[in-house]
Amino acid sequence: MTQQADNGESAVQIGGNKTAAKVDEYIVEIVSDSGEGAQKCGQTFGNISGKMGNGVWTVEIIPAEIQPPARSPAGASGIRIRIGSKYITNMGNEAELVVAFNEQVLFSRIANGAYKEGTIVLLENKWETDPDEKIRNQYSAAVKEFAEHGLIVHELPMEEACLKIVKNARKGKNMFVLGMISYIFSREPDLGRKEIANTFAHKGDKVIQPNIDLFDSGYAFAAERLDYLWEIPPYTTDTTKPTIITNGNQAVGLGVMAAGMELISMYPITPATSATHYVADVFDNVGGFVHQAEDEIAAMGFALGASYAGKTACTITSGPGMALKTELIGLAVMAEVPLVIVDVQRGGPSTGLPTKVEQADLLSSIYGEPGDAPKVVIAAATIEECFHFVVLARKLTEAFRTPVILLTDANLATGVQPYTRPELQEEWLSAPVDQSPWDDSVPAFDWDEGTGLSQRPTPGQRNGEYVLTGLSHTDRSKVAYDSDTNQTSMAHRSRKLAALQKTLKPPKIHGDEAGGDLLIVGWGSTMGAIEESVDILREQGKSISALHLRFLSPLEPGLKEIFSKFKKVMTVEINYSDDPNGPLITEENRRYAQLAMMLRAQTLIDIDCWSVVYGHPLQPGMLQEEFNQRLDALNN
Amino acid sequence: MFGLKADWSVDVFERYFTLGNYAGGEARWCPGCGDFAVLNTVHRVLRDAQMPPEKSVVVSGIGCSSRLPHYVGTYGLHGLHGRALPLANGVKARRPDLDVWVGTGDGDCFSIGGGHWLHAMRYNMDMVILIFDNGIYGLTKKQTSPTTPTGERTNTHPEGSLLPAMNPLTVTLGITNVSFVAQVPDWNPPLLYETIKAAHKHRGTSFVRIIQRCPVFSDSFCKPYQDHPENMLLLNHETGIPAADNVKKLFKEQIEHDPSDWLEAMKIARDESKLPVGLLFQDPDAVVYEDFSAKGLNKTNEEKLAAINTALDAFAI
Repeated sequence: MTQQADNGESAVQIGGNKTAAKVDEYIVEIVSDSGEGAQKCGQTFGNISGKMGNGVWTVEIIPAEIQPPARSPAGASGIRIRIGSKYITNMGNEAELVVAFNEQVLFSRIANGAYKEGTIVLLENKWETDPDEKIRNQYSAAVKEFAEHGLIVHELPMEEACLKIVKNARKGKNMFVLGMISYIFSREPDLGRKEIANTFAHKGDKVIQPNIDLFDSGYAFAAERLDYLWEIPPYTTDTTKPTIITNGNQAVGLGVMAAGMELISMYPITPATSATHYVADVFDNVGGFVHQAEDEIAAMGFALGASYAGKTACTITSGPGMALKTELIGLAVMAEVPLVIVDVQRGGPSTGLPTKVEQADLLSSIYGEPGDAPKVVIAAATIEECFHFVVLARKLTEAFRTPVILLTDANLATGVQPYTRPELQEEWLSAPVDQSPWDDSVPAFDWDEGTGLSQRPTPGQRNGEYVLTGLSHTDRSKVAYDSDTNQTSMAHRSRKLAALQKTLKPPKIHGDEAGGDLLIVGWGSTMGAIEESVDILREQGKSISALHLRFLSPLEPGLKEIFSKFKKVMTVEINYSDDPNGPLITEENRRYAQLAMMLRAQTLIDIDCWSVVYGHPLQPGMLQEEFNQRLDALNN
Repeated sequence: MFGLKADWSVDVFERYFTLGNYAGGEARWCPGCGDFAVLNTVHRVLRDAQMPPEKSVVVSGIGCSSRLPHYVGTYGLHGLHGRALPLANGVKARRPDLDVWVGTGDGDCFSIGGGHWLHAMRYNMDMVILIFDNGIYGLTKKQTSPTTPTGERTNTHPEGSLLPAMNPLTVTLGITNVSFVAQVPDWNPPLLYETIKAAHKHRGTSFVRIIQRCPVFSDSFCKPYQDHPENMLLLNHETGIPAADNVKKLFKEQIEHDPSDWLEAMKIARDESKLPVGLLFQDPDAVVYEDFSAKGLNKTNEEKLAAINTALDAFAI
């Protein structure tokens, strides 16, 4: 992975002629107490790096509470930024440089394995002289301990430098740090100033200027006090294509607008809500409306009502919200109402890990309703797909007259990545609601025998009057409890998924089309980490490939054929599965990861899995190790 | 005719709707059920308003009351238990041109849908909510509902219901932005008609609690009022529900009540010694939610694309 610059055992140096060492990628973290703006700093750094042509991926480190106690390991709030001279798709392994606003917050990151021997720590040193003896002791003990972990600690008077410009360093140190890391990584200072001006545009010059001063001062501070200087050359592919940089929730929000959906009906839930925050800022301009409902159920009901009335709506939620919406999702399936449900997955079950990533809503999304409720479930693998899959979801939901669930997760939601600017198309927007008379010889559910598809009349269409119902109903939407009606209407609703599946192409293998030893199958946000580790092993000559699924219901075609080309197939997922070597676990009672369970059932192939629920995104290094063991086992 | 061009005359002779245009499937409530009276009245109000059947949507939850959409020949949305109001709100959100009705019951609205009831009143979207209140769960066969009188024997409380019955009028009147609260028994057709007509005319959420007979499971719920009309209190006012003299004659107890007087309405509702009949409260100026939710409907595709492009520009590298 990263080529380490030669920084030796250097302590803080003043001045000196430095030349920037070229590296192809670097991982930086900024860690602080909550409310000190570390995330804003990191996001801005990511934006600057994106604008300089680097590949970027950022991950937020979010404590579960809004204002956890200051200087506590559990309160660590911050951000990781991975930048490189290539397309970056995941958070990588250990950070190589971390800026810490206090020493305590580093402990939780160390416990999470976020750092390695040689990681550089730029640590605020004001605690060394804190009036509270306890804090002074904590600080000196921590600095010693960090050194024992092999971290290279530089104690720096960052706060003191900030206080020369602002009265309260808590509100501003982040921009000072932005200046520091901008220097260290040879960022264009003008880009930083411009970003700051944009960020605080609505607050005016009074706020912009001191923040620019802080940035400049941090830049100069790093130049003077530190001996680190790196250059990460741009990621050069097609630079003629316009590029945007967003997080996954912003991409979802942009997708909702581009898809022509005029209504988001939602209830606040982490980590989904920021998608709506984003849209709420700009929705007026496209004539859309955010409805904040009284609860998750009402949010779904409101969306269903609007969709029934001809305005296909969207609801954005997370696991606990999905649970509450279940009954109405069943109604949407039963009554064939198109609408889009975005589930930004977090750790479950119950309240679980609200701010952390998991991919554990797959089975509940597909099978969560009592009774058979076939619907379309797709999952975005990248931030760019968060945009395009919303557009896709609206197309599918209307074409197949069934709800579409789009799965993203906390990793995509808060991850920031540059990607090709989508080219908007007018046909993505919704057509005006059809109010022409309905041909009353056509029933409300004119199921096509071959596909189960049908057109639907919309309120306002003369002669189309029908009563949508969640009861078993005939093609004219008349309540019917007889056996044949129930059997055939269920068959028609199910057949739509088969019809959709027939239009899909088999997924592409990342690696050997011809097959080989090990095939790793993933879905959702893990694609970047999986493919990165597979690429590294392939460079080492290992016979390993990857396959990433976007359609989960229906499943993409050709899977059995692809799987049969490999000696072993396994899924990699962020949801719980039993360790086969765990106590009491046997082949009979082992619970598999969710996609693995589905693929085993569908293909009758003995597909294995590896999954963890650590609450953080997968790291390529971790996967590499696991894959190596699996490959060894296969070939011995 | 009259020398007009043929295509003009097509416009002159617009569609005229008879009761038959609003007929849906054959109603399957029990004989003697008060719901028939409500259904007939809804048909008549629609006919007299000459609402094109395709422009009305009757939304409901689950329960005997909630079969209403199946019996009205307009569009209908027979939803889930307790969820009629969010569904109806959603229908109206981006389609303010639609005429929305909600049929719900005491269990559907006051119990499982209780949360939505509070908020739907506050949204105050233009629709009529007909609460078929028979003080019992009928479809699931005689369980206690929030409005079951204390001591009434039910299948869930065979020794008699435990708690004092909920007073839906005071609850509804207490919700911020409430705009129309009326109460009427189902067995007085002229008053039922005038009440539902006034509710339909009102712009905002019209809450009409209909005291409804269930001869099968809760015969005793209405009996005190049917047998003793003096237990009812007719609210008269020039801005209230109009009642002809022969209708008024049926009520021994009457008062003048100005529906704009919220405090007086609350007092009348709180006094449970008499069942108020008529319009308790109306505020024609309450904020209507679709005035916000339906904004921007007329944006052209060019405007939308320009706005989304501007949004994308903000993220441009």
